Amino acid sequence: MIQFLQYLGESTRTSFTKLGRGTYFLLQTVSGILSVLPRPRLLLTQMYSVGVMSFLIITISGLFVGMVLGLQGYYTLSDFGAEETLGVMVAASLVRELGPVVSALLFAGRAGSALTAEIGLMKATEQLSGMEMMAVDPIKRIMTPRFLAGLMSMPLLAALFSAVGIIGGQIIGSGLLGVDEGAYWSQMQASIDFRDDIINGVIKSIVFGFVTSWIALFEGYDAIPTSEGVSRATTRTVVNSAFSILGLDFILTTLMFGDD
Amino acid sequence: MQHTSTQDTLVGLFVASGVVGLFFLALQVSNLSSFVEEDSYTITARFENSGGLKIKSPVSAAGVKIGKVSAISFDPKTYESVVQMNINARYNTIPDDTTASIFTAGLLGEQYVNLEPGGSDVFLKNDGKIEITQSAIILEKAIGQFLFKSAEEKK
Repeated sequence: MIQFLQYLGESTRTSFTKLGRGTYFLLQTVSGILSVLPRPRLLLTQMYSVGVMSFLIITISGLFVGMVLGLQGYYTLSDFGAEETLGVMVAASLVRELGPVVSALLFAGRAGSALTAEIGLMKATEQLSGMEMMAVDPIKRIMTPRFLAGLMSMPLLAALFSAVGIIGGQIIGSGLLGVDEGAYWSQMQASIDFRDDIINGVIKSIVFGFVTSWIALFEGYDAIPTSEGVSRATTRTVVNSAFSILGLDFILTTLMFGDD
Repeated sequence: MQHTSTQDTLVGLFVASGVVGLFFLALQVSNLSSFVEEDSYTITARFENSGGLKIKSPVSAAGVKIGKVSAISFDPKTYESVVQMNINARYNTIPDDTTASIFTAGLLGEQYVNLEPGGSDVFLKNDGKIEITQSAIILEKAIGQFLFKSAEEKK
């Protein structure tokens, strides 16, 4: 019993300590932004490894998600004779929820885990302490460009995901199942609002990009510098990112789409 | 990782395609293109009951959308619903004896304001008021009346 209480107290304390260190790390990373801006090269390289490398998985998944939505939506809607609203269904679910959420989950799996492993290995091979020895701040040099790259790539990837998905839905809906193409687009345009739907979706994806990059970088930075520690940190990145993305999505949805 | 010009090109392509995706969403998917439209002017109408009318509900005349509802408020003095509408500036020849009524598109569709032009030569201007209005038909009320009536007749 006492042991259980001890364990409980200990784990609560460590998780708060970790959150505190994470916040401190985030502040340091963000404060490095000013010193990265004069060196856009660093950012560009990271945009390549974070954004461009996730491009293919995002577009292909987006296409298939859109096609599945088109197919499933068609069967449900045709029960009510409302196939024409297929475009609205596909676009609304992609732009509001699936685009930001699924692309963030994929991003956490594709780019987040790679970031954690990279930084964890840098730590394990003492590259980070080496930098400190040379009076180079590893946070400014390593973390901030990666953080910024994640923050900037995420909205672009989510927009791509939604756009490709909507086209995928159109391919299935009007190409295969015979929904009128004009109705698909015009119904969509009539009900999707730029501010309420699209801007909110972009805000969501920026928040997800922020959280995912933060978690990925911090887990790498905080990893126990052994091969086992790095592998655990990578797992934690994916798990924690998925939790935070889905939890935050719920909160953001209630805030954004609550009152209608 | 080495910086190569291929990498630059790929990052450029990535950013460009992301921006294209955003533009696609803005222009093709949402109503932004019909939303940036020209100036509009505001007219108000007072209804006894505006039913399920909402902000952004369409305002149409002869079946064509000419504007949208911009605000709905309750007047605590006259106990009426005050509906403010933005009408596209192109349609500036709406007579001041126009009737505004609230209709429902289809049986269960959304409600909209229908303007039926009168014969006056004086046109509504910005902040103009429509005097003749017809309230929304509340479906529950109509069904209740119908049931009540048929029960009366049976006696």
